[in-house]
Amino acid sequence: MSGFDTFWAIYGNLVLTLGTNALLALSIWLTLACGMLALANAAFMGIGAYAAALLTMNYDAPFTVALAGGMIAPAIVAALIGLPTIRLSGVYLAMATLGFGEVVRVTILNTESVTGGALGLNGIPQSTQWWHVLLAVVLVLLVLWRLRRSKVGRAFDAIRGDETAASLMGIDVRANKMAAFVLGGAIAGLAGALNAHLTFFIGPSEYGFDRGVEILTMAILGGIGGLTGPILGSAIVTVLPEMLRGFGDIRLVVNGVILVLIVLFLPQGIWDPVRFKRWMRKGGKRHA
Amino acid sequence: MLELKGVSKSFGGLHVLRDVNLSVPEGSIFGLIGPNGAGKTTVFNLITGLLAPTAGSIEFQGTSLLGQRPHRITRSGVARTFQNIRLFKEMTLLENVVVGAYRHMNYGIAGLLLSLPGYREQERRARERALELLTWMRLEHKANDLADNLSYGEQRRLEIARALATEPKLLLLDEPVAGMNTGERAELMREIIAIRERGYTILMIEHDMRFVMGLCEQIAVLNFGKIIACGGPDAIRSNEEVIEAYLGREDEDDMETTGAQA
Amino acid sequence: MLQQQFVNALSLGCVYALFALGFTLVFGVLGVINLAHGAVFMLGAYAALSVINNFALPLWAAIVVACVVAGVVGVIIDVLVLKPLRRRNAPHLIPMIATIGVGIIINNGIQGIFGASNLRFPHGTVPETALEIAGLHVTVIELGIIFVSFALMAVLMFVMHRTQFGRALRAIAESPRAASLLGINVERLFLVTSFTASALGGIAGVLIGLYSNALFPLMGQPMLHKGIAVIILGGMGDIRGAMIGGLFLGFAEVLSVAYIGSTMRDAVAFGLLFLILLIRPQGLFGKVVQRKA
Repeated sequence: MSGFDTFWAIYGNLVLTLGTNALLALSIWLTLACGMLALANAAFMGIGAYAAALLTMNYDAPFTVALAGGMIAPAIVAALIGLPTIRLSGVYLAMATLGFGEVVRVTILNTESVTGGALGLNGIPQSTQWWHVLLAVVLVLLVLWRLRRSKVGRAFDAIRGDETAASLMGIDVRANKMAAFVLGGAIAGLAGALNAHLTFFIGPSEYGFDRGVEILTMAILGGIGGLTGPILGSAIVTVLPEMLRGFGDIRLVVNGVILVLIVLFLPQGIWDPVRFKRWMRKGGKRHA
Repeated sequence: MLELKGVSKSFGGLHVLRDVNLSVPEGSIFGLIGPNGAGKTTVFNLITGLLAPTAGSIEFQGTSLLGQRPHRITRSGVARTFQNIRLFKEMTLLENVVVGAYRHMNYGIAGLLLSLPGYREQERRARERALELLTWMRLEHKANDLADNLSYGEQRRLEIARALATEPKLLLLDEPVAGMNTGERAELMREIIAIRERGYTILMIEHDMRFVMGLCEQIAVLNFGKIIACGGPDAIRSNEEVIEAYLGREDEDDMETTGAQA
Repeated sequence: MLQQQFVNALSLGCVYALFALGFTLVFGVLGVINLAHGAVFMLGAYAALSVINNFALPLWAAIVVACVVAGVVGVIIDVLVLKPLRRRNAPHLIPMIATIGVGIIINNGIQGIFGASNLRFPHGTVPETALEIAGLHVTVIELGIIFVSFALMAVLMFVMHRTQFGRALRAIAESPRAASLLGINVERLFLVTSFTASALGGIAGVLIGLYSNALFPLMGQPMLHKGIAVIILGGMGDIRGAMIGGLFLGFAEVLSVAYIGSTMRDAVAFGLLFLILLIRPQGLFGKVVQRKA
C-alpha cells in the first residue's frame, strides 16, 4: 500500500492534471466537431477558474457550488460573445477568439481589487479529489458520447462537412454552433475550476496564448474523428513534458515541434479511424 | 404550390433577375431552363432562403418564404439538390441520407442521453427510411461506403435520396442529370416520374432539352434574368424568342436535336 | 503635449504598419495567416543586436543583416512547412496551425539561447540627439523609424502597382491557378513574397527594439496580436489597409494611453478588433470575395 502512496505523492498532481487536460481537449473537440476553429477555451478555463476560486475564497461556497459557478460563468460569457462571433467563418473566427483570450487576460490584469491582478489569487483551498476529476471526465465523456450518436452529433458532422447543405437539410446551423460553443466553454470552465482547487494558486498568465495553443495541440495531436483522439492527445501532451522535465524551455519547443510534425505528417491526428480502416483493408484485401 | 411574383435580384449594379413570375402547381413536374448565366440557380437560392430577393414575393403553400432562414424553409417542406454536388464526403451514403431525416427527430436531451425508447425508435425508423430511399435510388449496395467514392451519376442520385429524406412537399432539382450518360438519364427520368407519382411536386433546372421536354408538363424559360416564355413543351419548342435565345450558344445543339425529334 | 504625442503615435504606427504589411502580404499572396510572423519580428531584433555586440557593425549594416536573417527564416518556413501543405491542398486553417508551432519553436528556442530577461542595444548605437522639426521634439530614432517606414511603404506600393512583378503578385493573390496558367512562376514568387514579408517583419523588430530599447524573446507576441487586429481592421490581404490600419492603431493606442491610462493600452487593439468584426468583418478596405483555387 505504501508503494501506491509514494506514487501518488509524486505523481498525484500529474494524474489529476491528466484529467483536467482531458476535459480541455474534449471542450475544444466540441467546437472543432462543428468545423469551428475557436481558440477561446483557455480564456473560458480562466473565467471558470477565477469564478470558482472567488466563490470559495470570498463566499465560502461549498465545492459543488464553486464548480457549478465555474461552469456557468464561462457559459454565460460564451453565450454573450457567441452570437456575433459564430457568424464569422474560419480565419476570422480563429482571430476573434484568439483576440478574446487577450481581452480576458487584460481584464483580469485590470481588475486587481477582485482578481488580484497580475499577482493572481493565492491560497485557494485544495478541495479537488481524484474522484472529482474522474467523475467529471466520465460524465463529460458520457454526455459527449451520447451526443455523437444522436441527431446532434450528426448535425455537427453535417455542419463540418458543408454548412450550406446542412442548413438545407433542416439543421439550424447557428443554434447548433452556439450549443457547441457554450457547452465547450462550460467544460473548459469546469476544468479550470477543478484545476484552480488543485494548484491553490492561479494567475492571468496561465490562461493566455500558451495555454490556448496547448489545448489546440492536444486535440489536433490526438485527432478529432472521435472521442478517443482528444483523450489520447491530452495524455501525451500532459505526460511528455514530465519526461522532459530537466530541459526547461525545451518543453515548450517540443510542443511546437509536435504541432508542426502532426500538421505535416498526421493531419488527422494519431487516432484516425479512417486510416486504421485503410491499413486493415490493405492487410486483408484479396479482390482488387 | 409555389408562387414567385415580381421577383428581382441585383448585386450592386448587376441585375441577375428581373421581375420573375413563376407558378408551380402542386403535383406537377416543372422545368426551368435557359442559357448559362440566365439566373436559374439564383432562383433556387432565393426560394431556399440562401439569398434574399431585392424585390418581389415568394410564397409556398400560401405562406411567404421571405426573411426565413434556410433551415426553416426546408422544415416547411422545400428540399433541393445542388448543381455542384454538396455531399458530406466524410460520411457514408447511409449517414448522408439519415442527415436528411433531421427535422423529423424530435427527441429531447433526456432521450438521447438516456437512450429512451423514443430516441431509439426514431433513430431506427430514420435508418430504415434512409435504406428505403437508397434502395429506390439503386444505391443500397453501397450504403456503408464513403460518399467520396461514388461516380458522378451515383452522387447525384445520393443527393436526391438525401433531399427526399427531409420528406419535402416540393423538390428542387438543380441540373440532376449533368454528367450522366444516356442510359442513366433515361433511368433518372423514370425515377423522377415515380417520385411525382408518390405525391411530390418537382421543380427542376436542366440543360438537357430532351430530358426537360420529355418530363416536364410546364416549362419556364429564363434569359438574362427575365422569363421570356412559359408553357407546355410544344409551346416552348416553337417559341421564337426561345429559339433566338439559344441561337449562337452551345445549347443550340440541344435545340436542333429536339427539333429533329419533334 | 498633444503635439508631442503626435510623433510617438506616428513612430509607433509606422512600426505597426511595417509589421502588418509583412503579415498581410503573406495572407494576400500565399493565403496563409502566418502566426510565426511575431517570432520572425523578434528574430530581426535579436539578429541586429547580435551582430552589433559580436561584430561591432554599424547600425545600418545590422539592419541589413536583420533583414536578411528574417527573410531567410521566412523562406525556410515556406519551404519546409508551407510548401508541403500547399502540395497537399490542405484547408487554409491547417497551415496557420503549423505556423503557430513554428512560432513556438523559434520563440522558445531564442529564449533558451539568450535567456528570458530584457536585453538592450549598447549605448551609443543610435545618436541620442534630438531635433526640433516644426516645433516638435523628434529624436533621431523616431525620425529614422518614420523615414525608413515611409520609404519602404512607398517602394512596396510602387512595386505592387507599377511593376510587372507587382502585377504578377496581385494575380496570384486573386487566383494562384489562373496565375500559373498565365505563365507566372508561382512557387518562385511565393518564395520572394515569404522573404520580403519576413524581412519587413525583421526590420520592424529592429526598429521597435531601438525605440523601446527592450528586447525579450516573446516581444513578437503582443505585436502579433496587434498585427492581427490591424489587418482585420484594414482588410486582410490589403496593403493600403495594413498601412493605414497600422498608423491608425498607433494613434489610437497613444491617445488612449494619454487620456485613459496605460493599462488599457493592449486592450485598445482588441477592442477595435471586436468592433470591426461585429460591424464590418471584411475591414475598411477588404472585399468579401472568396479566394478562388
